[in-house]
Amino acid sequence: MTSVTVDKAGPTRATPKYGSIKRDRAWALRWSFVFLTLFAFAFLIPPIYMFITSLKTSAEISAAKNPWWVFNPTLGNYIDLLAAPQYLIFFKNSAIVSVSVVVITMLIAIPAAFALSRMRFWGSATLATGVFLTYLIPETLLFLPLFKMFAVFNELTGIQLLNRWWVLLVVYPTLTVPFATWIMIGYFASIPKELDEAAIIDGASWMQTLVRVFVPVALPGIIAATIFAFTVSWAQFLYPLAFTTSIDQLVLPVGIITTLIKGDVFNWGQIMTGALLGAAPPLIIYAFLMDYYIAGLTAGSTKG
Amino acid sequence: MADAVVTPVTEVRRARPKPRSRLRKFFERKSTIAFFMALPLILLIFTLVIYPAFYAIYLTTLNKRMTATAWMKNCTYLPDWICTYIPFGNLQFLLTRETFWMVFWQSCLFAITAVIFKALIGFIVSHLVHNIPAKGQRKWRGMLLVPWVIPAAMSTLAWQWLFDPSYSAFNWILAQFEIERIAWTGVAHWARFSVILVNIWIGAPFFMIMYLAALKSVPDQLYEAAEIDGANWWQRIWFVTLPMMRNIIAITALFSTIVTFANFDIVRVLTAGGPLDKTHLFATWSFRLGIEGGDIPLGATVSLFMVPILAVAAAFILRDITRRGNEA
Amino acid sequence: MADVSIRKVFKRYDSVEAVRGIDLEIKDHEFVVLVGPSGCGKSTTLRMIAGLEEITAGEIAIDDIVVNDVPPKDRDIAMVFQNYALYPHMTVAENMSFGLRLKRFPKPEIKARVDEAARILDITELLDRKPKALSGGQRQRVAMGRAIVRHPKVFLFDEPLSNLDAKLRVQMRTEIKRVHQKVKTTTVYVTHDQVEAMTLADRVVVMNHGVIEQVGPPNELYHAPLTKFVAGFIGSPAMNFIPCKLEDAGDGLRVRLTGDYAFPVPQARVARYRPHLASPNLLFGVRPEHVAESRPHAEPGIHPFEVGLDVTEPMGMETLVYFKVNGAEVCGRVSPTAGAADNARMRLAIDMNNMHLIDDATGMVL
Repeated sequence: MTSVTVDKAGPTRATPKYGSIKRDRAWALRWSFVFLTLFAFAFLIPPIYMFITSLKTSAEISAAKNPWWVFNPTLGNYIDLLAAPQYLIFFKNSAIVSVSVVVITMLIAIPAAFALSRMRFWGSATLATGVFLTYLIPETLLFLPLFKMFAVFNELTGIQLLNRWWVLLVVYPTLTVPFATWIMIGYFASIPKELDEAAIIDGASWMQTLVRVFVPVALPGIIAATIFAFTVSWAQFLYPLAFTTSIDQLVLPVGIITTLIKGDVFNWGQIMTGALLGAAPPLIIYAFLMDYYIAGLTAGSTKG
Repeated sequence: MADAVVTPVTEVRRARPKPRSRLRKFFERKSTIAFFMALPLILLIFTLVIYPAFYAIYLTTLNKRMTATAWMKNCTYLPDWICTYIPFGNLQFLLTRETFWMVFWQSCLFAITAVIFKALIGFIVSHLVHNIPAKGQRKWRGMLLVPWVIPAAMSTLAWQWLFDPSYSAFNWILAQFEIERIAWTGVAHWARFSVILVNIWIGAPFFMIMYLAALKSVPDQLYEAAEIDGANWWQRIWFVTLPMMRNIIAITALFSTIVTFANFDIVRVLTAGGPLDKTHLFATWSFRLGIEGGDIPLGATVSLFMVPILAVAAAFILRDITRRGNEA
Repeated sequence: MADVSIRKVFKRYDSVEAVRGIDLEIKDHEFVVLVGPSGCGKSTTLRMIAGLEEITAGEIAIDDIVVNDVPPKDRDIAMVFQNYALYPHMTVAENMSFGLRLKRFPKPEIKARVDEAARILDITELLDRKPKALSGGQRQRVAMGRAIVRHPKVFLFDEPLSNLDAKLRVQMRTEIKRVHQKVKTTTVYVTHDQVEAMTLADRVVVMNHGVIEQVGPPNELYHAPLTKFVAGFIGSPAMNFIPCKLEDAGDGLRVRLTGDYAFPVPQARVARYRPHLASPNLLFGVRPEHVAESRPHAEPGIHPFEVGLDVTEPMGMETLVYFKVNGAEVCGRVSPTAGAADNARMRLAIDMNNMHLIDDATGMVL
């Protein structure tokens, strides 16, 4: 990466042939910026438009004015939404589910990854591959058998799982645990073997080695896995749509789509506000922990 | 591993005079501890992934009310006394339905088109980001990944609003150029275009990030050597970048194929399969049949059609991962 | 403080035998260095003493207690690793005290021990730093400190200096020796560097292909190697090996290297060598320092000869000269003022009092 800037490319040479490399690079750089700006604009249109719409009144939305501009900005949509108990319930459900799933995921994934990467037991290599394959199984393949399983489970035990928000605590780990385990295996594998041997000689049990040495050392990986588990749980749409129906059991994405859209009446100002607020937690986490987020994203297929 | 090896040592002068019970020794063994540490994972995978997967296969053999087996009937190729004892009535029903073949075709079109364009855009954008000075890259990369970070259901809502037939922001722009308004989600081919466009928008940033990581791992000396050898920029991409990135390009595309083929959120929110089932994918159609239509066996049968394609992609990914594991 | 006994120990990985039946008695306070080329089983042996590897057969006892089934933490040993293996998230003090904290030592005791170790190693001012902020040599000291605070029965060092640059290595070598003199803990030290082995050890154990070739004090190994392997491994530049024949010369013996070169065997060794008169695969071994420039006055056992040099390597305090005899490259050490030059002829002298005769078929020094 040369840090050639446009104004430095200037000085004319006696032999123009030799100046051309610099000039070529300057032009390449300029075009890169032009196209990057275009792409960034295209990529950001939907969230920007969400924001624009969220500041409009219903009257302005249905008026035949330029939709790309806010003529009478108002926070009314935000106030209405945040005052609506329904929306707060969705938000609360989402928050509880996502945070709990993160905790469950880490409690399962970290010891498992440690065992798989460090301790080895009969079938551990197969299990590691199995974890990876599980990560590749999409939720759209499993939601129907799970739905039926939960129904049967209710008949057998009397414990109702369907239409309860905590059914999501049961199913979300199937999405988060395999990937979290997989990237933790990668992180643990990068820790030199001498470190656990040193811990063992220092008198640490396997559990102590994990908790007092591996977890602190692999903290970046754990943060990446945590972010992943949180965003996946927060954004999951199919499972809550299939398994929950009562309004007080819904999580945010499903809640917004099923309650704010009433029949054919689309209150777009509210919908966009709700969607934007719903997108906020992942976006905020991303803004502050971008490097961890990206590390987790690329770890899935580059590590292992 | 080594822990399984029994140590044939004479029984003189043991370290611990008190004999340890066999059970306690079993629990102190490394492999035992390891197994218990991995047990929650194993249970999770077995009860909530492997068991449901096989349960799905069983479900496909049942009739709508799940009270009896869905036998096949009126086979053209088989005599009745065989045909009526094959429990794949749902399968037979689907294969004779026009809608099924339409969904099949739509799923393939959706996945293939979307993956190709995501890869292409990701490749171009990653090069653009890679071209600019290093200190500005973080900012651009951060902006360009936003579509991937927003929950798909939420951003698809925004697209739905952008595509809105009467107040559509896109149609308004078209109107400024006196172009006729487009029924983005109302006409079959535009609706298909729209869902693919949204999928590309969401997925391209992922490709961009992966390709950017791959680009960064190509040593600069290779490009310098190629430049000294007289390669122009196109030859540098063809002979240096692409071969070095081949692995990542392939694996990202395979990952994305799986996710795209099994996609649910976008179509569900944007068109709900309409107009007239013209945008249904396997996932959304199986939801429509299984949850909304109450025919779980039929829905499960539809979703199982994703398996062959997913399995092929998964096999390729696994081959790549294990090969790289062996090299390491 | 304790002695370590290794009795008929084997280590087998799947199909490979890494250690093939070694016996070794390490006495209390002794500094023993295991040395050998990579893959000779020295590290495996150390790791079996530590308890990091299971013993396939045989037994290891520390302080007369068989520890085959004792987990590492109960063996009362401490180990220093090649890459230091410091916990990156702990400060130097925390690194050193980790083992003591796990054993729930009282706080004042921990502090006293850490301070004492820090004083011995001269790292008191580093105690609050993280390993990342330390240089290679400082990390090495911390790794040693972690071992010292435990007051273990045995110190185990696994190639502790190989990640350091040459200058620091020499410095840390002295440091390790100094620490050992101070704490006097029984020490087993593994290295592939024979200079380290020679300088540090009370006794050197030379290993090759999973067996012990020779055990002895450094000078004994140097001057009276038992096998060709030890003769060639210890000493730098390595001992010269030249194919030779043993000839009868009246009441004495003669070593014939080529038609031109033949040197009489010192009288003291004639009786020892005579039985091998007819042996076909004899090697004549002589260290480079025993091939020097010829002196003006004759000395017993020192025989002048003339060769054409191939290459010379001035080292400053001496010059290494290389020439070929009977197809073998021979290295000699001459004074820098002796006038050695590339491709020149030179008159050298060989010190037959320090010759070795090796049976190449058995690899034994005769």
